Formats: sequence, C-alpha cells, structure tokens
Amino acid sequence: MTETTLRLMTGGEAVVEAMRQIDPDVVPVYPITPQTPIIQGFAKFVADGKAQAELVNVESEHSAMSAAVGSALAGARTMTATSSQGLALMAEVVYIAASMRAPIVMAVGNRALSGPINIHCDHSDSMLIRDSGVAQLFAENAQEAYDLTVMAPRLAEHPDVLLPVLVCQDGFTITHSAEPVAMLDDEDVSSFVGDYSLPHRVLDTAHPTTQGPFAMPDYYFELRRQQAAALETALDAFTGIATEYEELSGRPYGPLEAYRLEDAERVIVALGSSAGTVKDVVDDLRDEGDPVGLLRIVSFRPFPAREAAALLEDADTVIVLDRADSPGGAAPLRAEVAAALYGSAARLDGHVYGLGGRDLHPEDVREIFSGCAPPYVGLRGVACPA
Amino acid sequence: MPELTPWSELRGGGVVVPGEAERPQTGGWRTGVKPEVDLSKCVNCLLCWIYCPDSAVELDGTTFSGFDLTYCKGCEICAEVCPVDAVTMVPEEVAS
Repeated sequence: MTETTLRLMTGGEAVVEAMRQIDPDVVPVYPITPQTPIIQGFAKFVADGKAQAELVNVESEHSAMSAAVGSALAGARTMTATSSQGLALMAEVVYIAASMRAPIVMAVGNRALSGPINIHCDHSDSMLIRDSGVAQLFAENAQEAYDLTVMAPRLAEHPDVLLPVLVCQDGFTITHSAEPVAMLDDEDVSSFVGDYSLPHRVLDTAHPTTQGPFAMPDYYFELRRQQAAALETALDAFTGIATEYEELSGRPYGPLEAYRLEDAERVIVALGSSAGTVKDVVDDLRDEGDPVGLLRIVSFRPFPAREAAALLEDADTVIVLDRADSPGGAAPLRAEVAAALYGSAARLDGHVYGLGGRDLHPEDVREIFSGCAPPYVGLRGVACPA
Repeated sequence: MPELTPWSELRGGGVVVPGEAERPQTGGWRTGVKPEVDLSKCVNCLLCWIYCPDSAVELDGTTFSGFDLTYCKGCEICAEVCPVDAVTMVPEEVAS
C-alpha cells in the first residue's frame, strides 16, 4: 500500500481522474446533467493530451451506447457516462450490449426520470434498466465513485463476466459535492486494470465473425440463460477484485456493507449516498443505547441475496429504503430484500423517499427507525401514522 | 433438425464464426418458386451473384454456373435484377 494524498474533488471529478488513469481507448458520450461534469472533465484531459482516448461526440445517448458496443467488440477498452433520460434513451442498446457481452464501463449520475422533468437525484433511471443484464454498483460518496470506477473494468472484462458495468453515483449529492478523495498512483491503476483483451473473437476483418446474431426460439432462451449465469458469476468476481483492490488501496469493498449490524434489532437497507445519513443516525442511536444498524447494498445487480439474508438473520425488523417507486407494485429494493428474506421471521417494512432530489434528513431516518414514518417519507401533508 | 447446443457450451454472446451458418439449410424456407436460368441469354454480368442475399449463386471461377438450392430462399431478387431476363422463377416440384 502506497501513501496517498487526499485531494478535494467532486464525485464527477473523481470519476474523471479514474478515467484518465484507466486510459480507455474509446469514449463515445453525450452530455446530460448531472453527468456532464464527467464528460466535460474527461474531454479536457483528452484536449490537453493527458488522456489518449478517442472521444466520439455522438448525436444522442442511443448512438453513444451503440458506438460503445461496436468499439468494445472491436477490441477497444470503452467507457461512457450518462444520467436519467440519457439512460432511458440508451436502454434499448444497454440490453443489446449485455446480450453481446460487451464489457463497457459506464458512469451513471443518478437522476430522476421525467416526468415531471427534474434534474435531481433518485434511482428511477437505474431501476429502468434493472433487468437488462448489466452490473450496477452504487457508490456512497466521491471516494467510492473513484474506487468502484477503477475496479469496474476488471469486473466488466473478467472472462467469466464480460458484461457492461455501471458505476452509479447520486446526481448532485455525489457528482457535484466536493470531499476529500484518496487517489492511487497512475502506475498502480494502470497495472491494476491491465490490458484490454477479450477471450472470444472480436470484430476483425481478417478473421470475420457474426456478433449479435439473430436467435430464434431454438437459441434465444439459451443465450439469455448464458447471460444470466455471467451476471451471477459477477458477484464472486467482484468480491475477488475488491480483495485485490483492498491490498492496493487499503479500502475494503464488497457487494454489500454491514454497518453496526452486531446485535442490531432494527436494520435499514439502503443504496447510495443516503447510507451516509443513515450511518450518522445509527451512530447517534447506538450512543443512546438503541440497537440499530445499516445494510448497504453496493452491488444492486447482481444482487447478493444469500449474503444479505445471512446478515439480516438476527434482525427483528428490516426496513428497506427505496429511492425509486414502482407504482402499482413493490419498490425495487424492497422487492429484492423481500425475496431474499422469504421464510424469515423478521418483520419487513419499507419506505420510498427522496424522489426527484428531495432530501432525506437525519430526523426522517430517526422517524423511520422508530417505526413512526409514513410509506412515502418526506412527502408534504403526510403525518406519522402512529 | 440440426443438433442444438446447450447454453453452457455456446460462445459468449452467441458469436458465430465462418462456416457455422452452413448448418441451417435455409433452402427449406423456400415456398412455391425457385430460380431457373436460360444460359443462352446469360451475359455473365454477375448482378445476381452480387445481389443474392444468401450467397446461393454459384460460380465456376468468374463464370455463372447455377443456383445452390440448399440455401436459396426463393426471394426472386436474382430474377428481378437480371438485365436480360435469363432468370425466371418456376414452380417448385411437389414431391409425389
């Protein structure tokens, strides 16, 4: 482990630095708030000769992802970035990228989907592509946005995985908020990510292949199963990569984080930056003698269901916080945790919060832990039900 | 019916390498008509060879030599593009 200096930077800037150090070959991208600082910062590095990537200024996110598929399968390490409507426009090609097993790394600045049109954070954009077959890792802060981005190419390009990996950070809350970040040396990142190589044939005019072939009922199902198996494998692959990364950085990572779960009676499960707020409240309540804890999901896809169930085994009450709604059904994270806990004696509760960038305050988290919070936390005119 | 591969043995993303597509004998998709050539009219312009979407036009060196009915789907493009009307679509023989 080398000594590191802390630098003040936003989550967006941290990802730009990670991208410069990874030095991808091709970056097809289209700007959209709150992802724009990422591509703006990276474009500046390219213009200044500090990054060698071919920056492709496409006319839409649909084109960005399409170009990314082509370049990744032509043997070029490829990264892109987007948010909200951009991810929605990409969605068609995100499914195709996963099915073609294109190891693209994408930075996502999570932002609410329209409508009404909004630019602030929630996780509805990520949840839109929940079932596309890509990995989605959620950062809690700028440091994690950096670290997960450095790990992402290794996961995407792992020979048993070969799938797009999305590093998600909360729009504005992380993308635009400056905090101290420890970076690795350029050489360390370079040797950690290694050279780009695909185990199967890439697009090569000298050795032609058909990539993304038509699959009728006799093969479609097989190829979908193969893709699902690859994403299941990504859980162990990520754990292995994170262990290696910890040796390099001193910072531990994994598909989930258990925060003060020892003897915890009530446990919140959450994604992203809100976990930081929950941790503060957990510390305060623990000081007051209240046995509460947090289970933070880092890898939403693949979802570490077995590991989550094992960590929640002794909890009396599990409270899931979703920053995305599923009108007419269970919110995405809640549905996931409910499935993981099926047959458990724990009481399962859940709240939707923070849509369109509404803040989640420590007082809200206290109310949630006390069992005195409405299903939609932070909504005007909704009182505590107790 | 060709032999089908289990999912765990398929190449990642279903990548197909040259030669593999020979197995599905797409001529079986042909319905009703097949191309027939009148070689006395053929000027060997090879437009049919250029246009055929299934590479079902056979050459002997650079000379037109016939149609490969194992892969011809009967799309009629060859008959449409032939500038001298040497290719005509004729009814498929029905097995008795």
